[in-house]
Amino acid sequence: MGGVALRLEALSRAREAADVEALIYNFFNLEVLLKVHPLLLKGFWMTIQLCILVVPLGIAGGLVVAVAYSFHVRWLNWLLIAYVDFFRSFPPLVLLILVFYGLPFLGIEVPSLIAVLIAFLLNTASYYGEIFRAGIESIGRGQREAARSTGLNGIQTMVFVVLPQAVRNVLPDLISNTLEVMKFTALASVVALPELLRMGRVAQGLTYNPTPLIAVALIYLALLWPIVRLLSRLERRTMAKR
Amino acid sequence: MLELEAVRKSFGAIEALKGIDLLVARQELVFIIGPSGSGKSTLLRCCNRLEEPTAGRVLVDGVDIVSPDVDINEMRRHIGMVFQSFNLYPHLSALGNVTLALRRVLKMPRDEANERGRAALDGVGLAERADAYPNELSGGQQQRVAIARALALEPKVMLFDEPTSALDPELVGSVLDVMRTMRESGMTMLVVSHEMGFAREAADRVLFMDEGEVVEAGSPARIFESPEHARTREFLRRVTGH
Repeated sequence: MGGVALRLEALSRAREAADVEALIYNFFNLEVLLKVHPLLLKGFWMTIQLCILVVPLGIAGGLVVAVAYSFHVRWLNWLLIAYVDFFRSFPPLVLLILVFYGLPFLGIEVPSLIAVLIAFLLNTASYYGEIFRAGIESIGRGQREAARSTGLNGIQTMVFVVLPQAVRNVLPDLISNTLEVMKFTALASVVALPELLRMGRVAQGLTYNPTPLIAVALIYLALLWPIVRLLSRLERRTMAKR
Repeated sequence: MLELEAVRKSFGAIEALKGIDLLVARQELVFIIGPSGSGKSTLLRCCNRLEEPTAGRVLVDGVDIVSPDVDINEMRRHIGMVFQSFNLYPHLSALGNVTLALRRVLKMPRDEANERGRAALDGVGLAERADAYPNELSGGQQQRVAIARALALEPKVMLFDEPTSALDPELVGSVLDVMRTMRESGMTMLVVSHEMGFAREAADRVLFMDEGEVVEAGSPARIFESPEHARTREFLRRVTGH
């Protein structure tokens, strides 16, 4: 009797060991990682480049939207609200597919990078625009009047008086949105742009092993975590100030 | 120096100014008193077009600033304004507040602007606080920085919109001292304020406004000692408390 129990236990222990081994083999496979790391590295650089293009473009677009809104021209504001509402509620994945696969039907052939930039500009500028708008509206009318009373024109007042204060007031929201945008660059994989996620999938296909995906996740984590830390430190500081 | 001709201002159906005529001569200090909502501030704000008059003319040194061909930003640097709530730029030091328009409107190089800015701060007794930020200054000091900010542009006329109303009583004196010095140096000043003692001592003329019109005007002695109109008497009785 005792012998059978012992054998069963040994068997289940062996099975567990096999399970752990299988887990490591499938998700943490160093051999696979060594084989595909050039692909992942290439994807990483592409993602970095995408971020360097997409984030400033979105911020610039958002600034334009918010500053244009601040002049309170009625028809323009209707237009801007329509733009912001639409792109904030329209799924960015579908937007990207429409730009990349749809524009050629109108006779406009766009390379995948350009398609990504267009779709991201439309989407992220609407989010950044709302954040900047909230920031600009948080600055009292007196600031603008003081600046104008010394002869600064509307643009100078915006650049030197309103925006520096506005940006400071919404900095945590700006950083938080930037994190989202950086993660969203993975969407570019659907139009075959060789960014990190795409390369991870390619590597997975080549090796029949999902380890590269885990590596991709870890790379995103390493890239974004410092920004997350910075954000929470900023948020704590603004809380303390209030 | 400053001349208003039949200036009217309506906000929708409400008529805030019902045709104001006013002449402030060079080096004159004209004081405007009156109950809240009488249109004093609106009148002052029409003098640099922070409020757009509905009708009438506003002449500064012979130039009609309401005319559509006038470069209002160019005109505004000749018209200094001091606000009830100071409206200092919180993101700039005292010196930064004073030099912003020098650098951006007068296009002065940094050194020259700083030199003139320091001189202006010295003029209001705050040379040592040039590097302090507004939140590090008392209300009285903030208001004096705001005066220096306007004075640094060497305006032809200065507008004061209740400059001491937001100050603790013990800080009022320092601001009035600065205004007294300005008066002695020959600045043309139009002041909306409840500082009756200061009006009595320093004003050349006092205007009493009520319900959007000038009810009566005259020397401080005449307005305060022997007001002609019942409305003036009633107002003075209420503010002086006897």
